[in-house]
Amino acid sequence: MSTVAEGRVAEVGQARLRSEDAHLITGHTQWTDNITLPGTLHLAILRSPVAHATITKVDVSGARERPGVVAAFSGADLAGDWGSLPMAWTVSEDQKSPPHFPLTADKVRFVGDGVAVVAATSRAAAVDALEAVEFEFETLPAVVDMEAAQGQGSPLVHDDIPANRCFTWKESHGDYAAARSRADIVLKRRYINQRLIPSAMEPRSVVVQPSPATSEFTLWSSTQVPHFVQIFLALTCGIPQQSIRVIAPDVGGGFGSKLDVYAEEAICLTLAKKLGVPIKWTETRSENFQVTIHGRDLIQEVEIAAMRDGTVLGLKVDLTASMGAYLQLLTACIPLLGRYMYPGIYKFEAHDLSCMGVFTNKTPTDAYRGAGRPEATFVIERIMDELAHELQVDPLELRRKNWIDKDEFPYTTVAGLEYDSGDYEKATVRATELLGYDALRREQQERRDRNDPVQIGIGVSTYTEMCGLAPSRWLGKEGYVAGGWEAATVRVLPLGKVEVVTGTSPHGQSHETTFAQIAADALGVGFDDVVVVHGDTRIAPLGLDTYGSRSLAVGGMAIVRASEKIVEKARALAAHQLECDPSDLEFSAGKFTVKGSPDSAKTIQELAFASFVAHDLPDGASPILTADAVVDPETFSFPHGTHLAHVEVDTETGAVALKQYVAVDDVGKVVNPLVVEGQVHGGVAQGIAQALYEGAVYDGDGNLVTGTLVDYFVPSAVDLPSFTTDRTETPSTTNPLGVKGVGEAGTIASTPAVVNAIVDALRPSGVNDVEMPCTPMHVWQAIRTASRGAK
Amino acid sequence: MPRISVTVDGVRHEDDVEARVLLVHYLRESVGKVGTVVGCDTSNCGACTVLLDGESVKSCSVLAVQADGSEVTTIEGLAGDDGSLHPMQQAFHESHALQCGYCTPGMILAAVDLLSNNPDPSEDEIREGLEGNLCRCTGYQNIVRAVQLAAKSSEAAAQGREEVPA
Repeated sequence: MSTVAEGRVAEVGQARLRSEDAHLITGHTQWTDNITLPGTLHLAILRSPVAHATITKVDVSGARERPGVVAAFSGADLAGDWGSLPMAWTVSEDQKSPPHFPLTADKVRFVGDGVAVVAATSRAAAVDALEAVEFEFETLPAVVDMEAAQGQGSPLVHDDIPANRCFTWKESHGDYAAARSRADIVLKRRYINQRLIPSAMEPRSVVVQPSPATSEFTLWSSTQVPHFVQIFLALTCGIPQQSIRVIAPDVGGGFGSKLDVYAEEAICLTLAKKLGVPIKWTETRSENFQVTIHGRDLIQEVEIAAMRDGTVLGLKVDLTASMGAYLQLLTACIPLLGRYMYPGIYKFEAHDLSCMGVFTNKTPTDAYRGAGRPEATFVIERIMDELAHELQVDPLELRRKNWIDKDEFPYTTVAGLEYDSGDYEKATVRATELLGYDALRREQQERRDRNDPVQIGIGVSTYTEMCGLAPSRWLGKEGYVAGGWEAATVRVLPLGKVEVVTGTSPHGQSHETTFAQIAADALGVGFDDVVVVHGDTRIAPLGLDTYGSRSLAVGGMAIVRASEKIVEKARALAAHQLECDPSDLEFSAGKFTVKGSPDSAKTIQELAFASFVAHDLPDGASPILTADAVVDPETFSFPHGTHLAHVEVDTETGAVALKQYVAVDDVGKVVNPLVVEGQVHGGVAQGIAQALYEGAVYDGDGNLVTGTLVDYFVPSAVDLPSFTTDRTETPSTTNPLGVKGVGEAGTIASTPAVVNAIVDALRPSGVNDVEMPCTPMHVWQAIRTASRGAK
Repeated sequence: MPRISVTVDGVRHEDDVEARVLLVHYLRESVGKVGTVVGCDTSNCGACTVLLDGESVKSCSVLAVQADGSEVTTIEGLAGDDGSLHPMQQAFHESHALQCGYCTPGMILAAVDLLSNNPDPSEDEIREGLEGNLCRCTGYQNIVRAVQLAAKSSEAAAQGREEVPA
């Protein structure tokens, strides 16, 4: 890629402060909810207060009489205006994909399911008018337990889907039965990967401005995926794709929850079309908890077969996954996205996996930071600790015995994925140094010996993950409706500045900074000369947006490729103007120099002006230094690392204190260490939150009990320690940048590290699992259960 | 409708407001201070934090009528008239204490109030002081670092020395 001259310091690798910050720290922001256009009608949506019911009456006429109300519609009123919301991934031939309308007309299937919408001149007037909608229904028994849901006599979420079964999946690699029969030890465990609420700090918001004269629409949405929203809303609402411009302005976090096409986007667009005026809707936090997707919610039955010497032979995993009431964009594939990651970093010969997707009367699940990979990593890293305990060996030793050595790459795992690179030993050695592993083990033993009520636990997680989603061919084979390429346009403007247009859509990831660093090196210009634009389907018409740790590995590569084309175009122009052969030119630090004649040179910025005026171009050359590139990745990248958690558990109260957390990650080549560190911190915090604090709880009637931030525990600054982070750097060989991805790594690694630490602390009590979140109550219950079992 | 007079970021506003209107909605919808944002509906997240007569409040937990006669400082009024950043804004930038930036206005104003009450807080005191402000991106570590940096630069400024380098 870039050639960096002596004297010009490479941008890639520098801890550049962020270009994004200036407007965010001064409040000069453009969140979607900040946009109020003249004549806007505000929407409020009447939502089901029960999990499951047959609708007998929705009469909105009373609402229409309320002050400020301009229009009101039931689901039935709008049934002819839209089709089903998109479902983009079919995992199996037997998958059932029930229709999912923006407002329901026949039944309500979860608390929050929309049944009517009111449009009024103020938000308050719209909300006030909801109480005038007559909504009557016959309550049905709710399906809340994903295992009972499959039993005979269970109520059905969708009348025509027997046993509430969305899909079944089975795969087999090697001969697990043979491995099991040969094994000295077979361990079985059942893990509950609890339902989580993503809780991006900015609630979702949608604004639509219609242009009735041209039948065009501009839609602002707090979304990760403006391009998805454009194409899928075109299909759902029957509007030509090119007539919908989607803008993702400042977006306040996503974590997968804004990787979707939502009912409210379709409702706003449909009402803007019907009423011909600007329409706006913003969710409340409580509404967010009810209707924005949830994550995880898996029951994981796992069995590991191993020899007495610690050699792992095989792994069997049986999953039951709650879809919730409907399939959102990627719902069905999420538990299976993890299916390649159950073997983790280990070599073994056999692996069976099954999965059952089940409908329940709950909020739909979908991608949440890591999306299937944290769930898989949790299983393999937890069961490795269980096996180590069973064999009475150090959990790191057991891992070392089974992991892929650094000279064995590329290595194809039993699940069939080729890992390109890694150095698990190096990351592990560094992590143990930073933690003071051996000394802590000694202190742990001392506490055990004196039967201290406060015990020490050390938890290990040697994770890997697959990033850079995804090769389009692979996606096609897996049942996804679209591809995984990414696009970029790079232009050197006539006055010397560089404009980079990316098809990714950041919402906290710092692309404006890091992508500028990449382009600056590729073109040999200054960091401050590059501006990165994104998040608008008119400005960046091609793109597949931001999710799955793909933006750098795929989107960054598109910028590199487009920049290379610019350099080649500029080289031809330079040769023409310097009257030499293109091969006689050296390109370095943004300047073409004739070899051996250092005074004969043109900078790329001079050439950009010359190309703009186009007075003296080579024959046949087109003006303007601009180039597009679309990159489809050939394979994935595989970040890895070793995370260690040190906890103290009060065995009398069940209270857990996270004393130390060490994360040594290998995310390949680092573009900006400051940004990488920030991503690790935030990711680790979210994974710790699953281990210790968070869990969506429903009662037996399907009511979301943790329905507000009062009840759902998003950790604050007092609930988390400072983390110790470091990196090893094994460049990825799957892309020329050598990058891997970092957005999800921390979340994937940290949950099992913390739970392993808690269980490790409680081994003397006979505990071998604690249900997440590991609240004092769950820890105390685990101790009690174990002590009763021992009697 | 009650009439209120509120000075927001140095400008006096007189408005008729419904008695039920929250200060945050008044700021966003009547005054146009959309830099102050709403993150929840239960006064948990702190995204809407502003300074009311110099003390941080969650502006969703104050009625607009309660602010009558008061001075409000939002994130938009924190920088100097010449555009120079407040030391806390500068520290958030230099410490990479924000990612998506949605919690940032509230976090910065809560941190400003924290330092005005305790100019030299320990890490634990910072964490406790910001307990009412949620961030989903940063894991808080760099926010703590930013407050420490701002405390140092304020101390340096108070002693009339050059700013402590980042």
